[in-house]
Amino acid sequence: MFDFANPQYWDTMVQLLTPATGETFYMIIASTLLAYVLGVPLGVILVISSPNHILPNPWVERILGTIINVFRSIPFIILLVLIIPFTRAIVGTYIGTTAAIVPLVISSAPFVARMVESSLKEVPYGVIEAALSMGSSPWQIIKKVLLPEAKASLVLGVAITTISIIGYTAMAGAVGGGGLGAVAIQYGYNRFRTDIMLLTVVILVLIVQVIQSLGTMLARRMTHH
Amino acid sequence: MIRIENLTKVYTSRKDRVTAIEDITLHIPQGAIYGIIGLSGAGKSTLVRCINRLEEPTSGKIFIDDQDLMQMSAHELRQARQKIGMIFQHFHLLQSRTVFDNIAFPLEIAGYKKPEIEQRVRELLPLVGLEDKAQVYPSQLSGGQKQRVGIARALATNPKVLLCDEATSALDPQTTLSILELLRDINQRFGLTIIMITHEMKVVKEICTDVAVIHEAKIAEQGPVEAVFIQPQSRIAKEFISTVFPNELPLDLLQELATHPNSQIVRIQFLGSRTSDPIIADLMKECDVRANILYGSIDHLRSTLFGTLTLELQGTPEQLALAHQYLDQRELKVEVIQHV
Repeated sequence: MFDFANPQYWDTMVQLLTPATGETFYMIIASTLLAYVLGVPLGVILVISSPNHILPNPWVERILGTIINVFRSIPFIILLVLIIPFTRAIVGTYIGTTAAIVPLVISSAPFVARMVESSLKEVPYGVIEAALSMGSSPWQIIKKVLLPEAKASLVLGVAITTISIIGYTAMAGAVGGGGLGAVAIQYGYNRFRTDIMLLTVVILVLIVQVIQSLGTMLARRMTHH
Repeated sequence: MIRIENLTKVYTSRKDRVTAIEDITLHIPQGAIYGIIGLSGAGKSTLVRCINRLEEPTSGKIFIDDQDLMQMSAHELRQARQKIGMIFQHFHLLQSRTVFDNIAFPLEIAGYKKPEIEQRVRELLPLVGLEDKAQVYPSQLSGGQKQRVGIARALATNPKVLLCDEATSALDPQTTLSILELLRDINQRFGLTIIMITHEMKVVKEICTDVAVIHEAKIAEQGPVEAVFIQPQSRIAKEFISTVFPNELPLDLLQELATHPNSQIVRIQFLGSRTSDPIIADLMKECDVRANILYGSIDHLRSTLFGTLTLELQGTPEQLALAHQYLDQRELKVEVIQHV
C-alpha cells in the first residue's frame, strides 16, 4: 500500500513530520520551563510550611494543597476547554502551538509542585537542623540546603514531568495545538494513514527514551551517596 | 559563661503533655568540658537542643556570656548561633558537597568572602587530620572521618561554645577515643567550652571536667567529675559509675564471706598520688589486720588516676577500728559493704 522504498515517500514524510516535531519540542520545552517556574516555588512553600519544618504554617499548607489538588483533579482535555477565555486573554488566541502552552503549564505546574515537594521531603531534617544550628536563614536553607541536596531527585522529577507533558502535547494537538499529536489525528486517524500514525509514535517513543536516559544519567552523576 | 535557669520544655499534643525537661538550672564555666549524661528519654538531647533554641523552651532562661538567648529576635538568634558550634550523632553533613565545601558552609552562611573561606578551610583541614580528603564526598568517608568534618564545620566560625549531641554514639570504641582526644585537644588549644550529651559514662570518664546526671527530666546530680565519681549521691549516678568501674561482688562470694568470723568487707577509693601508696602492706603491719584482696581496678579519670580496691579485713573489733582510723588519716574514701 505504501511504497517505503520510494525516496519520494520519505521526502514527503520528512516535510510533514519535521515541522510537527519542532512544534512538539517547542511545546515541551516551553511548558516544562514555565511549569517549573511556577511549580518550584509552590513545592518549596508546601514543604517549608508543613509541620515541623522551617516555617510551619498549617493554613498556607492546607489552602495551597487544596488548590493544587483541585487543579490536579481536572482532566487535561477539560481544562483545555475550561480556560479558553484565560488563554485568549494571555496569548490573544486559543488555537495554535503557543496557545496550547497555557493549559499545558496550568495543568503541569501543580504536578511539578507535588514532584518538587516529594523530592525536597527526601532531604533528612537533621541536615536542615545542622544548617539552622549554624545560623542559616530560611532563604539560605532553601537555596543552599534543600534544593542542592535534592538536586538528583529533582532532575529525575524533571524527566518524569517532561514525559507526562509530551502526552499532553499530543492531546493539545488534537484540538488545534499543532505538533505531532495534530499530525497523528489529522492524517493517521481522519485519513486512515496508519503509517503516519506509527511514525509519529516512533518519534514520540524516541523522544521519551532520550529524555528519560538523559534524566537518569544526570541524576546518577549528581548522586554522591 | 553559660547559665541555664529553670529551663522547662513541655511537649503538648492533642492527646497528652510530656515534660521533656523540668526546671533545669546549670552553670557551665568557661573552658569546661561539661558532660550531661542520662538514659535515653531522660531529656538530655532536648536540653542541649534548647541551648541554641533548635527546640523552643517552654520556660526558663539561657545566657551565653550574659546574653539572654530567650530575648533574641530571629535575626539576633541567627547571629548568636554562628558563635555556637554543634555536632551530631549522625553527623548531618551535606551529601551534595565535598568535605571542603561542607566546612565552608557555615562561613558562607556567615557571609565570609571567598578568599577568607578558602584560607579558613585550609587551616581547619589539618586540625582534624583530613588534609587529603578535601575534595572527597561524605559518602566516601568512614564514621570517624565524617565526625571530623562535623567538628571542623562546627569550628569554622570560631565559636565560643561547642554543643555535642551524642557525638560519639554512632562510632566504634576505637574511633570514639580518637574523636574524644580531638575534642580535648581543641578544648585545650582554643579554650572552647564543650557541652557533651551522652549516655556513655566512658565518655564522661575520658574527657569531662564536670558532669550533670539527668534522670526523668530533672538533674539528679551535678558537680566536678572527680567529686561525682568518688561520692555519687543519687542511685542513677551510682549506676552510671558502675558501668565504667564495676564494683558489685558476685553474690555467692558475698554469701561465703558472710560466714567468716571477725571480718568485714570494705571498698577503698583513691585518686591521684594516693594510688601509689602501699596501703595494704601498711594496714597489715601497723594495724595487725589481715587483708584479703577481693577486687581491684585502676583507671584514668580524665588525666588523674582513679582506683578502687575491695578488701576483706580480718581482725578483732579493736584492730578493725584501728584500720579505719589509719585509712581515714590517709584521706581515703572508705565504705563498709558488709559487716560480719
